[in-house]
Amino acid sequence: MDNDKQQFYYDDVVTRLVQFSLIWAVIAMSAGIYIAAELIWPALDFGQFWLSFGRLRPLHTNGIIFGFGISALMATAFYSVQRTCHVPLFLPKLAWFCCYAWQVCILLGGLSLLAGWTSTKEYAELEWPFDIAITVIWVCFGVVFFGTIANRKIKPIYISNWFYGGLIIVIAMLHIVNNLALPVSIDKSYSLFAGAQDAVVQWWYGHNAVGFLLTGGFLGMMYYFLPKQAGQPIWSYRLSVVAFWAFTYSYIWAGPHHLHYTAIPDWVQSLAMVMSLILLAPSWATMINGIMTVSKSSEKLRDNPSLKFIVLSLAFYGLATFEGPMMAIKSVNIVSHFTDWTVGHVHSGALGWNAMITYGTFYFLVPRLVGGTLYSVRLANIHFWLALSGAILYILAMWAAGVSQGLLWLSIDELGQLSYTFNEIMASMTPYYGLRLVAGLLFFSGTVLMTFNLFMTIKGRQTVKVNPPVVLASREATA
Amino acid sequence: MNALSLHKKIENNAGLLIFGILFVSALGGLVQVLPVLFQESLQTASANTMPYSAVELQGRDVYIREGCHVCHSQQIRPLLAEVKRYGPYSQAGEFVYDRPFLWGSKRTGPDLHRIGGKYSDDWHRIHLLDPRSVVENSIMPAYPWLLNRAASAGGDIQKKMSVLVKLGHPYSAEEIENAPAALEGLTEMDVLIAYLQVLGTALPDDTNQKVH
Repeated sequence: MDNDKQQFYYDDVVTRLVQFSLIWAVIAMSAGIYIAAELIWPALDFGQFWLSFGRLRPLHTNGIIFGFGISALMATAFYSVQRTCHVPLFLPKLAWFCCYAWQVCILLGGLSLLAGWTSTKEYAELEWPFDIAITVIWVCFGVVFFGTIANRKIKPIYISNWFYGGLIIVIAMLHIVNNLALPVSIDKSYSLFAGAQDAVVQWWYGHNAVGFLLTGGFLGMMYYFLPKQAGQPIWSYRLSVVAFWAFTYSYIWAGPHHLHYTAIPDWVQSLAMVMSLILLAPSWATMINGIMTVSKSSEKLRDNPSLKFIVLSLAFYGLATFEGPMMAIKSVNIVSHFTDWTVGHVHSGALGWNAMITYGTFYFLVPRLVGGTLYSVRLANIHFWLALSGAILYILAMWAAGVSQGLLWLSIDELGQLSYTFNEIMASMTPYYGLRLVAGLLFFSGTVLMTFNLFMTIKGRQTVKVNPPVVLASREATA
Repeated sequence: MNALSLHKKIENNAGLLIFGILFVSALGGLVQVLPVLFQESLQTASANTMPYSAVELQGRDVYIREGCHVCHSQQIRPLLAEVKRYGPYSQAGEFVYDRPFLWGSKRTGPDLHRIGGKYSDDWHRIHLLDPRSVVENSIMPAYPWLLNRAASAGGDIQKKMSVLVKLGHPYSAEEIENAPAALEGLTEMDVLIAYLQVLGTALPDDTNQKVH
């Protein structure tokens, strides 16, 4: 094997992916803030088509999920798979291809969204040329990842790799099926599915992109970096295994809870509701496993900003994975569906869980990658409070907005007439939208601080070369 | 072999692990999504539902391009308040020519499934150019550029219709032949309004709807 010639881990590509991830976070969050402002001052688009809300909003979501999120997941997957397998990356040039091709794809994809190329399917808006490019890069990602695992020197495959593996396999399946379409021109295609059937396929994709990318992928990150930082093994490895299979099995069924009371079959809705409730068990098992792991070295929580971020992210993870099943109950969904409550729920996951665990991981990872210390621990601590206050304020504002919206829409007076016009209800949202903008600015300013902090940490330094540990032959045989 | 030793095997074998993940994650889709794709009633047009005309189709693609679905749903749920606010609830047979579906997930603005015929073309034109001149407090963006673009600039209409024929939409050769002529002289604003005006007008005949 030619990998045997390489004595050290390929970490350069990890550093580069972290940098790209940070840049995407700043770009996509700026877009988020801009559209939050547009909902208060609609004239902010200045009559420019590319600044219009309908085009900027998909740019915001795609930039966060595929720019910030996937770059971070690729970086941490490449980093941890080498260390849990004790071998350098398989086909490192292909890993570099994944890194750069992905950035080009997301950059051009983002511009295409502004140009109005869209399939409309939520979190799968990019048109067919990008869908094909994503598939190719994704397969390469899988080859590097599973190739490294195949070369491993440690027999058992560590749990973090299962979640990263689940991310690669399941997202591939969902992405390909949901994007099946006949092209008309380079910027336009028509979905192979129509109407109600298209809706069921889209939310099978949409919900499980949340499941296997934003939840599963980031759990892979958690299972490697949390024990590493806490200096403790996972509290219960057996629980992590049971939770993994329960999670992989049950998540897939929950998609149609996005379509409660719509024109899809009733049995599909009810099944999705039941499976969503069941999903609470593996979700919380994982959260408990993480928190119990930290609890053995809780003294580190006092002065380690990175561990603080990760523990906080677990709290938000627990919150969001409780709220999700609740919103999947049909009678709750009557109120929550189509409202800002959904937006709040998504952000308790995206800000509280995905962003925070990534921040915690980056603060830990970057100094190690370049063999230095963090440029400023003080800035990291300020970032922690900005992120926490921003996330909390965001969630509360949207929760309050969503619940009142939902109830006011349904409100009927004693004569059996609607109590309020749509317009009256919409106009009452402005204060909440104002609060949300402030929350977004708080969270964003923290992210900018971190980006500065980490780029200063990297500045003038090279990624250090780390050798795989030498394992005695006798140990290896029994491992 | 007990469960633990079986698991030990999967844990030590990358191929088994990959297969296991694929199998376990595919189950839900196979049992829940696949039957839906073969359900006849979900792909049968309700009595009055017709494929979009060339003009409406071009308008629908403008709706898609501008991301109207981001803030407007097209799905009226069978709830009393919703039926009172928007009209008869949506049924699967009304959407069989919707590629992609545009039900949306957020109502920043009101639902549009039964918007067709509720306002005049002129109202829509003014509203799309300056929403706040007709709806006080509206936070909808204006779409001035639609006035300056010819409807035919929004993509080759004949190609679009032939692709849809391949997907089973019953357009006649004559309709496709005449499509460019139908778009002649129209702006993107005109075709978008034509689409809005046809939305939800193919009401099923049985208006005896039960609501929650």
